[in-house]
This record gives sequence, C-alpha cells and structure tokens, in this order.
Amino acid sequence: MSDRTVAELSRSLAQGEISSVELTRDYLDRIAQHNSLYNAYITVTEDLALAQAAQADAARAKGDAGPLTGIPIAHKDIFCMKDVLTTCGSKMLANFVAPYDATVVAKLNAAGAVTLGKTNMDEFAMGSSNENSFFGAARNPWDTDRVPGGSSGGSATAVAADLCAIATGTDTGGSIRQPAAFCGLTGFKPSYGRISRWGMIAYASSLDQAGPISKSAEDAALMMNVMAGPDHRDSTSVDMPAPDFTANLNDSLQGLRIGVVRQHLAEGLDANVESALQDAIKVFESLGASIKEIDLPNSHLSVSAYYVIAPAEASANLSRYDGVRFGYRCENPANLEDMYKRSRSEGFGNEVKRRILVGTYALSAGYYDAYYIKAQQIRRLIKQDYIDAFKEVDVIIGPTTPNTAFKIGEKNDDPVTMYLEDIYTVSINLAGLPAISIPAGSSKSADGKSLPIGIQLVGSDFAEAKVLNIAHQFQQHTDWHQQRPEG
Amino acid sequence: MVWETVIGLEVHVQLATKSKLFSGSSITFGAAPNTQANIFDLAMPGTLPVMNEAALRMAVKFGLAIDAQIGRKSVFDRKNYFYPDLPKGYQVSQLDFPTVGKGELEITLEDGSTKVIGITRAHIEEDAGKSLHEDFQGLTGIDLNRAGTPLLEIVSEPELANAKEAVAYLKKLHSIIRYLGISDGNMAQGSMRCDANVSVRKKGATELGMRTEIKNINSFRFVEKAILHEAQRQIDIIEDGGRIVQETRLYDADKDETRSMRSKEVANDYRYFPEPDLLPIVIDEAYIESVRAELPELPNAKRERFVSQYELSEYDAGVIASSRQMADFFEEVVTICKDAKLSSNWVTVDLQAVLNKQDLEIEDSPISAARLGGLIARIKDKTISSKIAKTVFEAMLESEQSADEIIESQGLKQVTDSGAIEKLVDEVIANNPEQVEQYRSGKEKVFAFFIGQAMKASRGKANPEQLNTLLKQKLKA
Repeated sequence: MSDRTVAELSRSLAQGEISSVELTRDYLDRIAQHNSLYNAYITVTEDLALAQAAQADAARAKGDAGPLTGIPIAHKDIFCMKDVLTTCGSKMLANFVAPYDATVVAKLNAAGAVTLGKTNMDEFAMGSSNENSFFGAARNPWDTDRVPGGSSGGSATAVAADLCAIATGTDTGGSIRQPAAFCGLTGFKPSYGRISRWGMIAYASSLDQAGPISKSAEDAALMMNVMAGPDHRDSTSVDMPAPDFTANLNDSLQGLRIGVVRQHLAEGLDANVESALQDAIKVFESLGASIKEIDLPNSHLSVSAYYVIAPAEASANLSRYDGVRFGYRCENPANLEDMYKRSRSEGFGNEVKRRILVGTYALSAGYYDAYYIKAQQIRRLIKQDYIDAFKEVDVIIGPTTPNTAFKIGEKNDDPVTMYLEDIYTVSINLAGLPAISIPAGSSKSADGKSLPIGIQLVGSDFAEAKVLNIAHQFQQHTDWHQQRPEG
Repeated sequence: MVWETVIGLEVHVQLATKSKLFSGSSITFGAAPNTQANIFDLAMPGTLPVMNEAALRMAVKFGLAIDAQIGRKSVFDRKNYFYPDLPKGYQVSQLDFPTVGKGELEITLEDGSTKVIGITRAHIEEDAGKSLHEDFQGLTGIDLNRAGTPLLEIVSEPELANAKEAVAYLKKLHSIIRYLGISDGNMAQGSMRCDANVSVRKKGATELGMRTEIKNINSFRFVEKAILHEAQRQIDIIEDGGRIVQETRLYDADKDETRSMRSKEVANDYRYFPEPDLLPIVIDEAYIESVRAELPELPNAKRERFVSQYELSEYDAGVIASSRQMADFFEEVVTICKDAKLSSNWVTVDLQAVLNKQDLEIEDSPISAARLGGLIARIKDKTISSKIAKTVFEAMLESEQSADEIIESQGLKQVTDSGAIEKLVDEVIANNPEQVEQYRSGKEKVFAFFIGQAMKASRGKANPEQLNTLLKQKLKA
C-alpha cells in the first residue's frame, strides 16, 4: 500500500480499507528497514507520527476528514518544526530544536497530515546532488550508486523509495524539480509568493519557494490546496487567495499552445532526454495542443545571474549563524573574533563557505555594480523574455535536467559542472514562475540500471492550476509516473 | 588665522511605536534583559520581518513637518556587519530610497534671527541590542530588548556654523518630534542620540575640511561642549602643521574631550543590498494626505498665532511655542483667566522657575493649568494684588487648594473698600507728621515710605492703585 498515491491512499482511508495508524506503521517499518540504505531521513518522528495518525483516525471517525487527513508525509529538514530537530543538513544546526512551526508545517498539521520525519538535504539547500549534507548523501532508489539530485534529495528519495506518500521540498534554482526528475517523481515549484516562507530556513530569499514532491500531479494539487495561500508573517507572500488547484485537473488540452524553447534544443542536451521530450510533445499534440518554437534570448545568462544573486542573498542570510544564540559554537573561543571564525569555519561545509565567499565578493565595494547590479539587470531581462513568450503560448515545455542522475562523487570536484545541472531550472526561479517536473521517459545506464527522465512545464505568473492540469492530463495518457524503482 | 567650523548632525530618534519595527515585541524602556525579544528578534532560522505601519506613518509625519519630499517608493536594505548585539548579522535600513527626502528646519539664533538648515534625508532603520560588559565574569552579556526598535535617522546638511547653532537645531528637532508625538526625545534614555560631523576651514574657504564624526552624544550640553572641543582640537592640529584624519571619535563628558574610536580608513564594507524579505513600500497621495490631516499645529505656526492672537512678544511666543506641552498649558491658563500677558509671565517666569528647581516637565507641574488660571483670574479682577499673588502661588505649591480657597482661608482678599483705605491713609498721615512735612516741602521720595506704611498696616491687602491715588490726594491737601 505504501507505493500508492495520496489520492489512492485517501480513498482507502475513506473506505476503511486501512487506518491511518496502520498505514503509518507500515511506512515506519519501511523506514526502519530501508533508511540506512537510502539515507532519506535525518530525523524520524515516530511518536509524533503515531499520535497524529491516531488523531487523524479519530477525526475521520467523527466525519471530519479532508484529502490529507491521515496521510503520512515527510518534511524537508529546512522547515522548522516545533520541538523537533531542524538541521537544514548542516553541522551548524545539528543541535537546533526549532521553537516554532513553519507555516507550511502548521498548515499540513492542521489538515491532518501525519509527519514521519525530516528529510535529508544539501546543506542550507545549496547543491544539486544531496552530497553536501552534513548527514551524508541520500541515495537514488533507482540506482543507489547515484545521487537523488538536490537539494531536496532526501524528500525525493523518501517518496521514490515509498518511505512516505508525499513530501515537502524547497526550490531556489531547481531543488524540487531536479531531484523529482532524477527519481521519477512529480516535483512542483509554485510561483514565488504563493506559499509562505515563514519558518522555511532561508537560502536565497528572493528565489526560495516551497512545493510538493509527489507520485502524481493530482497529489501535487492536493498538497498545494493545503500549502498555498497568503500569510501575514511573510511580506513576500502574495495577498491573493489560493484557488482549488484540483478544480481544473481534468480540463481538456484542446487548443493549448505549448512553447518549445529554441535555445534549449540547440544546446548539448543528452540524446535520451531530448527524445523523451520529443515523445512528450507528440503526446500533447495528440491531446489537441499546438507546438510553437519560442525564444528566450537571455536564457544562457541565467546560471551566471543566479550564481551571483543567490550567493549574495545567502551571504547575509547565513550571517545569523554566529555561535552566539543557537546552533554550533566552537570549543573554548579565545575572544569574539575567534568565536566567529571557528564557529563558522567548523560549522559550515565547503559548498556553503564557497557561496558565502562568492556572495560577499559580489556585494563588496567596487564589485557590487559589476556583479550584483548586473545580475539584477539580467534577472529583469529574463523575466521580460518570459512575459513576451507568454503572449504567444500558454505553457513552455523543456527538459528539467541536461542528463539523468549521475554517480555519487562524479561531479564533486568541479562546482561549475555541478552548477550547470541547474541550466534549465534557474531562469524560472529568477522569473518567479510556476513549473513542474514530470516523469516522461527513462534511459538505461551503462550498468543496465533504468534511470528516469523528467520534463518540465513552465506556466505564467500564478498559473499553477493550468500547469497542474497539463501535467495531470499527460499522466492520464502515459504511465511514466507509475514506474517504480526495483527493490 | 580665522577659522570657521562646519557641522552636520545625524540624529537617531527612537519612534514611539508600541512594537518593534519588524516584530510584535514590545519596546518599553527598562524591562528585564531579553524579556522583549521574540523568535524574530533572536534571528531564529526561518523567521521573517513584517513592517510596522505605525513607524512608516511617523516617518512620513516627520517628513511633512519639515516640508520634505516623501519617497513614493522606499526600499529597505541590509547593512551587513558582525556584532553580537546584531542578531541577524545585518541591520535593516534604507540606503538609496529613504522614506523622507530633502527638507528643511528653521532655527532661531541667540540674537533672535532665524536660519534655515537643510535636512538631507531621514530614513527608517532598526536599532541593535546592547552588549553588557559588567557582571559576567569577563564575558559579555547580550540584551536584545532594544534590537529591532524603530529609529528615524535624520541627517542634516553641513550647514551649522558653530556649536550653538548645532544645539539650536537639535532643540528644534526635539521640539518637533515631541509636537508630532513620534518620540519622547529623551536623550538620557537614548531615545534621541546625536552624531556630529565636525570640520574646520579657513574663514571664507569654499571647500570643506576633513571631518571627524563624534558618536553618540547624549545631551544638548554635551553636544555643545563636544563640538567646541573637537573644533579647537582640529584647529590646533592644523595650526601646528598637522593633518586631520577622518575617523570616528567618542566624547568623554568627564574629561571634556573627544578621543579616537576607529579610523574610517579601515572601516567595514557594509555590502548594502536591497532586503529581499520586504517589498518596497509604495506611498500614494491619499496616504500622504491622511497623514497630513493628522499633523498638529507646529511650533512656528503656533508662535505666529500667539503673537497675533494674544499679542505676546516674539520672544515670549517662541519660548512658549517651543514645547507643545507648554503651549497647551499656556492656552488652558488663558482660557480660564482671559489675560494672555499675565499668563505668559506666570508660565514662563514663576512656574518655569519652580519646574527648573524641581527638575520637572510642565506636564508634571505641581500646579495645574486650571489652578494657575484661577490664580491669575483673581489678579485680573483685582481680588488680590500681584504681590499677594506670589504668596498665594507659594501656598498653592504646598497644597491642592485653589487660589480662591487659599485667599479665603488666609484672608488675603485685597481691600478695595475706599472708606477702609481712606481710614488707613488718614492714620498713616496722622502718625507720621515729620515725613508729611518733608513730602510737602518737596521731598517726593518720601511717598514710597507712606505706601509702605499703609501696605504694612493693611497686611499687603490694600489695592495699590486706590491707595496711591488717595495718598496723593491727602498729602497734597
């Protein structure tokens, strides 16, 4: 039963085929058996989960159950959870017990979801492989020698390995979509401002956005119905009520205008990924959609702009980890400066330090105009490119990643190669748009492992329902999302 | 060599909001350490700022009061530096797009003339916490109660020509923020703090000399002394062939000197950039007009009105109008006694002397406006003389009684019965034949003697005008 979608589990719970407590025990057993292999969870909240499951069953008995009531979920360890260890994948916060719930956590609690635990991630959400976790790399259930992607790698691993029904993630430059693509899952990044960032530990504030990692677009829509909406505690959350994201799932795609980005096809895209993309386009055409080539003339600048803006914001966001009030503090500091230097040197991993240095440099006197200001100008150009594109098409299709999941250790020595993992995803964060990655094919690795391929659908501002509708229709006519890893 | 001083002031005013700039914590002064710091103030991971609209309103109010441009789009920036009392590792301030742009302030100089001082800008920012170095066995304690308190930093143009002008500017600023009710302006408690940029140049030179910044001066008197000292220090250095180093200095009130804190040359690079957790604040005309509608009558307008409505002198009107509390007190007194000139004298001289002596603000005056008005009313209707009024005033300080009650109980009512006064005069003339003879032979100075005797006999209660007239008549007879 643990391999089912949320929608299916919800029906089983409603029909009394299984109780939430039974379902939760089932997942907890699987975690106990398999987490040592996958390293998907940093913390398992067994007692909490069983208590929440019992509550959910009681609520259901009283006729008070919603679609997520009693559904076992996992939270990326970037979301603060009251009285629960919240590490953000870092030694810096390895001892940090959050004193409050993130809005996302509070909303899912209120919806009756059962929290199984906190999932592994690249430290402070910086990474594309989950290898930057202080708690060790999570492993891709399709091939445990390979990365699950990152930074929400633990969430993707947990969903793909059936260690939870659905999970939360965050996406700053692709951190939901890329692991979803690598693990054969549906990963949805909503528009910037759609989901509150309160309680979500900041990496790059103007880009960070929460979203679900799930087994289907329908599940993502169910999750969005709980996660989305304005929050007075987050000034950047949009003051606009969230719609019912499931309402349009079954709309016809007849007459849909899909854009294909000319620049994406011209670049060195893996042949298997490209053919999966072409196959997906044929599916959409068969459903009544028309295809149009469009230009995103500044898309080649997006990775460069991203790797200035995100580290710049991160360099300030991570200043609070100073050893003074919470988190890691070095042993026996000699004085204030020594405490700062050693607490941060010892508490942060290399990638985090690298980005703090890059960001600090980009904001420094004499370099600010050349880097930060220039990057912001590029960001506006990219946004404008998308605005222009959406005058011609309803949605844009493209690859999520240049390749399928790579081997653990393969790209460790070369940060720039690792950064290029984000080439198809970062411009969407820079533009603040909603985008989904859905499974659309697979390729065989040299050692005979089947590896999933993801494609990405990008919508205009706050067109989440449209994007979910298109993804759902694709999944109604294909079965890539139903394929499961062996084991 | 004749030197002139050039001064610009940066004044931090703590805004009198109920809660902090970006969190719901209270900002009451003097609470136990860290009892007014919530998860945001502690910079807990995942917390976010939410702008306190009351602080914005106060900043706009100040902007309108100094005729400034109001920034239609103000943007918060992060100013990055590490310090234990700065929990986030950055201070949220406004760099390029402050809420208040260019404005001006008219100050009154000692000779009564006025001068207009340009205000460059005023921006909203959050305060830091406090580091406590005592009682921690060599360690440092951190109190974050003050962290996140809303400040308005008001920056003047370098247009103040001496220490007295700087003090006049500061006092005017103090008066305005108190009028607006946007801060209590209490310098001793740090709700108004002043940094002074001081440089000197040869008289008539057009270029500014190298400046130093004196930080955190916490009284009007110290501002004057610190500037005087610093200007002289700079002149001495230059005259000795030296060079002024741009640096931050601290004023030591005990030693009456400034000393170097840190050199600007090795100063922090603050790496300002726009705060991504807050959207730019867009202010429209309707908002500005709604704030304008709340503006009280300001000191200059009030002074003009006092001159025209009450026929006070410019000086008296200025003194009273400099404090909204004093002006309100004065007007309440006038309403009761109907005599503005007498009210002005009693408020600015007699009452002020008492306040000074007891170190009280007028709102804590031991004699309320109603009681003082009641007293002056009795002078005006000649129930008592001005002299007796002083006695009544002294008695009022000792009790809660009204002037009427004191006059009644102590029998101080002025004698205006002409028969009674005539009797007094007759007695005095009869009892002092020698002086009568002197007066009548032309020694008019003796007249004061008769007044004194008569007053003494009446125990001060005789109406002085009536006494005067009658005495003159009878002596001439």
